[in-house]
Amino acid sequence: MANIKRRHLILGTVGVVGALVIGWSAAPQRRRLLTDKPLAVGQGQVALNGWVKVSADNTVTVMMSQAEMGQGAQTGLAMLLADEMDADWAQVTLEQSTLDAIYNNQAVLIDGLPFQPNDHGLAKRATGHLLGKIIRAVPGLQGTGGSSSLTDQWLPLRQAGASARAMLIGGAAALWQVPAGECRAENGRVLHASGKSATFGELAQRAAQMPLPKEVTLKTPAQFKLIGQGVRRIDNATKLDGSATYGIDVLPPGLLYASITMCPTVGGKVASFDAAAAQVLPGVRKVVKLEPAKASSVMPGSTCGGVAVIADTPFHAMRALTKVAIGWDHGAAAALSSDSISSDLKAALDGAEGKVHLETGRIAQALQSAAKTIEAEYRVPFLAHATMEPMNCTAQFKDGVATVWAPTQAAGFASGAVAKALGIPESKVDIKVPYLGGGFGRRYLTDFVVQAALLARETQGAPVQLLWSREQDMAHDYYRPTYLCRCKAGFDANGKLTAWKTTSAGSSMGMPAFMDQSTDGASNTAYAFPNARVAHVTVESAVPVGIWRSVAHSQNAFFTESFVDECAAACGQDPVAFRAELLGADERHKRVLHRAAEIANWQQPLGPAPDGAKQGRGIAIHRSFGSVVAQVAEVSITEQRQIRVHRVICVIDCGVPVNPNLIRQQMEGAIVFGLSAALRGEITIDKGQVQQSNFNNYAPLRMSESPAIQVDIIQSADAPSGVGEPGTPPIAPAVANALYALTGMRLRTLPLKFA
Amino acid sequence: MPILNVNGKSIPVDAEPETPLLWVLRGELKLVGTKYGCGKGLCGACTVHLDGEAVRSCVTPLEAVQGREVRTIEGVQCPQIDALRQAWTHVDVVQCGYCQSGQLMAACALLKRSPRPSDEEIDAAMSGNLCRCGTYTRIRAAIHVAAATAGRTP
Repeated sequence: MANIKRRHLILGTVGVVGALVIGWSAAPQRRRLLTDKPLAVGQGQVALNGWVKVSADNTVTVMMSQAEMGQGAQTGLAMLLADEMDADWAQVTLEQSTLDAIYNNQAVLIDGLPFQPNDHGLAKRATGHLLGKIIRAVPGLQGTGGSSSLTDQWLPLRQAGASARAMLIGGAAALWQVPAGECRAENGRVLHASGKSATFGELAQRAAQMPLPKEVTLKTPAQFKLIGQGVRRIDNATKLDGSATYGIDVLPPGLLYASITMCPTVGGKVASFDAAAAQVLPGVRKVVKLEPAKASSVMPGSTCGGVAVIADTPFHAMRALTKVAIGWDHGAAAALSSDSISSDLKAALDGAEGKVHLETGRIAQALQSAAKTIEAEYRVPFLAHATMEPMNCTAQFKDGVATVWAPTQAAGFASGAVAKALGIPESKVDIKVPYLGGGFGRRYLTDFVVQAALLARETQGAPVQLLWSREQDMAHDYYRPTYLCRCKAGFDANGKLTAWKTTSAGSSMGMPAFMDQSTDGASNTAYAFPNARVAHVTVESAVPVGIWRSVAHSQNAFFTESFVDECAAACGQDPVAFRAELLGADERHKRVLHRAAEIANWQQPLGPAPDGAKQGRGIAIHRSFGSVVAQVAEVSITEQRQIRVHRVICVIDCGVPVNPNLIRQQMEGAIVFGLSAALRGEITIDKGQVQQSNFNNYAPLRMSESPAIQVDIIQSADAPSGVGEPGTPPIAPAVANALYALTGMRLRTLPLKFA
Repeated sequence: MPILNVNGKSIPVDAEPETPLLWVLRGELKLVGTKYGCGKGLCGACTVHLDGEAVRSCVTPLEAVQGREVRTIEGVQCPQIDALRQAWTHVDVVQCGYCQSGQLMAACALLKRSPRPSDEEIDAAMSGNLCRCGTYTRIRAAIHVAAATAGRTP
């Protein structure tokens, strides 16, 4: 999800440590194995490197830098280490890592470099190499986003596991006075050919005395025991008995509760407030004015200013908040509306050709000489994240030290933001990351963390838990931006596609022009268009925008895959055959496309829905975060013209499928998430204010509306690529294409509806 | 002081009668397995059992539960809960998990009413419980699994 952020990061990082770059070429490359400070260990516990500790009771503790927000990363990551270590999975447990450069997320940054995904050229490699060096040296860049956790830690965790295994074997060999080569590890024990055996716990102290192996040999895929298996989630049990701790569940002693209301107008703040009526209510400790909070240290924008009530119970805080009389400074955006933003986008496209993000062949000539052209205009709205757990954070500021329980995707940035807000060094900030009740990109921003930290200054050392109401969460999101896109295609006299031109308008989310990622998924398309131009016009509004599950892919897949479908129809070709031809020599894409078509019985006519309604089906394929996903949607419409999606077939190539169960879960979840947006999701603005407030008027899909989903995973030996986000982009165009197949009507605006 | 009968214990609660049950559970009693999602009875994350029926604790005031039995995810008593938890695990339902306390409480109440529910019954009973991770089809499958196992004589 951090596409946008990571571009900023590159800049920010270079800015911060630019001076360090000089002389690095001579320095040895630091491996991602040992932390700067040795890991803290408990009684009878040893650390074998920066990623794993072993206890006398045989517990293997994996140091976990990545947040768990449902995507299953913590389970997948632990599997990587446990497999190479030959640990007993039942003895594996997790502990939150500290902030250290070895945990910095390199993949999310390097993947965000402005190169074509298929570009493996020198410039990209050199930039990636340099960036890698920078990231390895600067702590605080660990974050969970961009579907990157397993990609990033695929090698470090396996190397750490293999290294730990070698040390345990070394310890056993020394104990038994036998050559290490005669020993092997299996399921949490080291075994010798003679029949001797010892558990990891029994060997831990000796293993810790062994030197770090200089080289380790990683397993071949055939040797994997856990990787590739549908291992159950490590977080299952506590999430079924209520004992899992999310942000809103942390209970430090003496906890106070805070409730907040922020200016309803985007960009607004508090002009004045009168807390007299609130302050006399039971349990109220303090009423605090909060200035607008920056989105994060690396993202533009800020969250509206507001007033918070701190009280002894959550209800006392909420009740008193309604009694605070607040005068708002609505700021410059008080006249803003969805219509005015829409007009701005239209005017931008009327008046500018846009900045070119992709140009191949001779587009102007190709369009001019085309025997036939088609044109279409697509539109997507603002979208909220609406995580089930609203934004919240708990903070305590005592004796100059800030302890912050932050359900955040960006622990590193959160730590820095708290330090800055409180004017203390980052070494005095302790960020604890509980489970996240959903993230989807919203929790990469640190505005709510800063608010909690500022409230913690007001409580004489008592911890305070700030919880946004659903209404505040809905009205103060960083939304997926609204976009308008004009598409034009040209065909020769034989009906062959010869020209492809798209120009979009919308927010670039504050990116400098040369790092603009607005056309992600459109400019770096897999289609081999003979003559193509993909351009973008940046149009900003006062509405805060941010990273929403799959970022710009969420709109660009809709534009591209819908219009490709229009092109297929325009030349009378089958949508699958048309795409396959356009994919040229890209066998990976074609394999995914054809597999989806095969499972869907694409060549056979589609029968009626279970209730007898006539069905249509559509296909879409899209690559994001390194993974290729194709989806076929089967849809019908009711007599009242309501759209129903009955079944979705989903095929993904995400490299080696580390845990097929988790991959299936993510495909299903991403489809439901994308369908909620495709069928209903829309945030609208009137008088500068977000009009949606709760799940009645921003209504995600419910069980009765959820389609059957069939997922197929392509077997691959490539390094793992993203899984959390790539399932979302194809669903909206797949449904729109299915509706076209069913009705002959092309819906070009999200959410999809028949007028 | 109001007395709350929760998870089999009678506990005096220092809270105003209009306080929503959700906030009594979470704030006063530190029973935080029951979640806040919307505050308006729209999402089901706060579902608890009141005399065995699934209710939304965020819109149920403390005064309305006097003399009645409240059960939360921490102390749920229902013949099918073990089968449901096993089925949830077996089917790999959970993702972020935030809504799952409410889902399980709703599923318990459903199976009590209808031990072998059809898809339509499940949809009707469970569609008040939102899940942004989209675990719906697995929840439906898990309820069928639980119904089948709980139905067997031990």
